[in-house]
Amino acid sequence: MTVELIVFGVAGLVCLAGAVGVVASKNPVHAALSLVATLFGIAVLFIAQEAHFLAAVQVIVYAGAIVVLFLFVIMFLGVDRADDLRVEPLGGQRIAAGVLGIGVVALVVAALASTSFEATGIHSDTGPLPDEGTYDISLLSEALFTKFVFAFELTSVLLVIAVIGAVVLARRTRKSDEIVDPGQEERAEQVAERMARAEARARVYERNRQPDEWGRPTAAGDDTGTDSADEAEEVTA
Amino acid sequence: MLAAMEVTPAWYLVLGSLLFGIGAVGLLVRRNPLVMFMCIELMLNAVTLTFVTFSRMLDDIGGQTVVVFVLVVAAAEVVVGLGIIVALLRKRPEATADDLALLEG
Repeated sequence: MTVELIVFGVAGLVCLAGAVGVVASKNPVHAALSLVATLFGIAVLFIAQEAHFLAAVQVIVYAGAIVVLFLFVIMFLGVDRADDLRVEPLGGQRIAAGVLGIGVVALVVAALASTSFEATGIHSDTGPLPDEGTYDISLLSEALFTKFVFAFELTSVLLVIAVIGAVVLARRTRKSDEIVDPGQEERAEQVAERMARAEARARVYERNRQPDEWGRPTAAGDDTGTDSADEAEEVTA
Repeated sequence: MLAAMEVTPAWYLVLGSLLFGIGAVGLLVRRNPLVMFMCIELMLNAVTLTFVTFSRMLDDIGGQTVVVFVLVVAAAEVVVGLGIIVALLRKRPEATADDLALLEG
């Protein structure tokens, strides 16, 4: 057995198992972790095909940023409940989706089998893969910053648009403020109750400050916490 | 028998098509918008694997260059898509893909 066969077998199995895990996991967190397995498997396959820079970028951007963003959104919104996969909202949908998936795979495999991939030996404008003495990262950067420089600049525009879109979408409008916090209403009631009691206590205090028959304020002696609190209860009642 | 087998680029292409098919089925079957998004990522990765394989088959760096652009587009897409999902799920944490009409107006 060659090394490449072992690498391909292990990485391919990890990829397929992760892909099935993404589709079949009830819990979104498990689906995200399965996605990490698939992405790592694909990175290994990139290395097996000598695309070292892309493998590194794959791990950094996908596993490091995109999946973490997924997990962040899942945790942030608290939607890490298990879905009920037994219900099928549309009748016959799964069978149709399965047939379609098998059809897509069969179509691609048939197309692969029907062609012999005869390369003409002529390179496109971008140039050949690295051989002895050259590296994929230098060839890739040369292609990116010469032949594809316009597309490269366009990606920066795309990223700016994406950032602006994310800010606009995630901005909290006044209307959606109402149901942000689940316990907000209970706490508001508690605060209102406490405010009412405090106001009642203040009224009792003011009443006790009325001068007695000799014109002296009586508040000073009468002001102990429990008494006025009890009176406050009576007042609110 | 196994010793005689050699990994040809066609194997990678078949693996890529399998991953694409699984992602497509997941996108059609699942209702959770987050999981649907992960299935889209799966399909994008299958395509990048195919690009790298063709790049090796044709001895051409162009395929790997396209993968860089696919990565950028995937990142932008995830940012905007997750923004939409956050806006949707903040209104209704139980929402599925059927409730996207909630975002109108």
